[in-house]
Amino acid sequence: MEMIIRDIGFIIGTTLMYSTPLIYTSLGGVITERSGVVNIGLEGMMYFGAFVGAAVAYFTASPWLGLLCAALGGALFGLIHAVACVTFNAEQIVSGIAINFLGAGSALFISRLLFDGATQTLTIPNKMPLPLDFLFGEGRLFPSSGFMDLVFNRFATVYLAFFMVFVVWLVLYKTRIGMRVRAVGENPEAANTLGVSVIKIRYCAVILSGVFAGLGGAAMSIAVVSRFSNTLISGHGFIALAAMIFGKWKPQGAMLACLLFGAAKGFEIYLGSKGVPIPGDILAILPYLLTLIILVGFVGKTTAPGAVGKIFDKSGH
Amino acid sequence: MKKLSVMALALTFAAFTAFAGTASAKTLKVAMVTDVGGVNDQSFNQSAWEGLKRAEKELGIKTAYKESKQDADYAPNLETLTDAENDLIWGIGFLMADAIRSTALINPDQYYAIVDFFYGPDTPANVSCAIFQEEQPSFLVGYIAGKMTKTNKIGFVGGIKFPLIEKFEYGYMAGAKLANPNVEVLRQYAESFTDAAKGKAITTNMYGQGADIVFHASGAVGDGVIEAAKEDGKWAIGVDKDQNSLAPDNVLTSAMKRVDNAIFDMVKQLQEGHFKGGEAVVYNLSNNGVGIAPTSSKHVPAAILAEVDDLIAKIKAGELVVPSTAAEYEAFIK
Repeated sequence: MEMIIRDIGFIIGTTLMYSTPLIYTSLGGVITERSGVVNIGLEGMMYFGAFVGAAVAYFTASPWLGLLCAALGGALFGLIHAVACVTFNAEQIVSGIAINFLGAGSALFISRLLFDGATQTLTIPNKMPLPLDFLFGEGRLFPSSGFMDLVFNRFATVYLAFFMVFVVWLVLYKTRIGMRVRAVGENPEAANTLGVSVIKIRYCAVILSGVFAGLGGAAMSIAVVSRFSNTLISGHGFIALAAMIFGKWKPQGAMLACLLFGAAKGFEIYLGSKGVPIPGDILAILPYLLTLIILVGFVGKTTAPGAVGKIFDKSGH
Repeated sequence: MKKLSVMALALTFAAFTAFAGTASAKTLKVAMVTDVGGVNDQSFNQSAWEGLKRAEKELGIKTAYKESKQDADYAPNLETLTDAENDLIWGIGFLMADAIRSTALINPDQYYAIVDFFYGPDTPANVSCAIFQEEQPSFLVGYIAGKMTKTNKIGFVGGIKFPLIEKFEYGYMAGAKLANPNVEVLRQYAESFTDAAKGKAITTNMYGQGADIVFHASGAVGDGVIEAAKEDGKWAIGVDKDQNSLAPDNVLTSAMKRVDNAIFDMVKQLQEGHFKGGEAVVYNLSNNGVGIAPTSSKHVPAAILAEVDDLIAKIKAGELVVPSTAAEYEAFIK
């Protein structure tokens, strides 16, 4: 019995570890698409954020500063995407693809300059604090490696992710600004007529998506592990993008989709450790398969915001 | 005037041939193509390049490299270096096996060499294969783990299950069993060489089940393995190179593969006029192709290291043959 409880704790803990970076990034996706701008550049922004987070945390010995700079780094690429798509009406998918190459390319380029030619940073000296250990002393609140420890003794980034889901939900659905963002994403012409600045709202939303993707990357490089390497972010941005769509463009939906994916990963690792007679490569498909089945079977039809991906031209052309 | 230009022409021609003559007779040109890791990957490719640079310094050869960004770059990179008239071209890593073979068949007069792959009887006569007995250093670190575990439980995290990684797995298990017949080895493959989060989860789970030392042979997945050791205050064992710098208090030792030594050795042999085309050159403890990390003495007691030295001597002398497959392992523990 004790073993089973511990195993469940392990699966939940793994779920949280896996989904945290995805939750940040998918929140970024929700915000930008709600304002009507597609951003498939999340992967590149995440990649860049992961690098900046680890590099800054390495040089300053402060994981918090790393996290902050990762957000700024993501914002920079958000700005580039906004300039291309909002000001110059570029095709959003094309700009997103360019951002993916640019994000990864600049991260590797800067890494080579700063880290003696290597495409990975050195190990950061200090990690994000574990809030429970920080508040109550290490192993004081829950016995270590017990159920409660496995589930709740998580990095600050994990707690922050869930808090952010709440904040984004609150802003999107309970404030005037949020209503404007959604209006701009559904029908920019109408919003424009009512005096809402479509351009301004979209700029803010796209830059914010970069901020969240940057945080997502840093949540990987300074919490899950403690350095950036060239393969650390491989496809996470795209999974977050998919989670946002499966979550019906809602922050809480995206969060659930990310958790589902993380849980499937946790379950897969658990099964693998029990030596079940299923080949490992089949097990490795499980998270993707399970996600697909649940989403096709239970989530139903998803509808994108009305104006997503469409170019808004203020002059009416 | 005419006479003068003819003379000038003759002179230039003479200078040219003289130059070409000395170049081909004296300075050996050796180049390498990296796999997708790039030349500064802190691992395999970097080690290979260090070997070439050492050869440049000590043997006076000329070196160059080409980085591959994706699998599709291997063949074009090999072609470019072939056109550049190198004496020997290295492909670093088994990922390049097909590209090396097909390029070698088209250019039969050019020497090639590959790290970590042997084509068996299909090896072209102009290709030499450098392979390693990874089971030997794995055996040694397994022995250390078996001696040092306090819970009689240790772990192994593999990248993707294929024979190369199984050499690490079974060598490690055999070493651990020899040191401690009661030891239990938890084993799991990540089915990836990049998913660090998965490495961390697998390792955390192993520690949760009572293991106190985990060895990995899983590339970047190992970042997660070492991270878990750091967070849980347990031991991890590194691979390929000395990984102690990643977590100085938690990396017990590392099973090292000296790609640099292998490359240096083969370049030296070529310079002396021996190129072992069409066959495999095996690197192991006897020719310093593998070993355990120099930082091992930081955490491993001297008495255990002395036993390890005895084992090394026995393996070198051929008294002890380390198993590298499941079947050999079964036979070994009997």
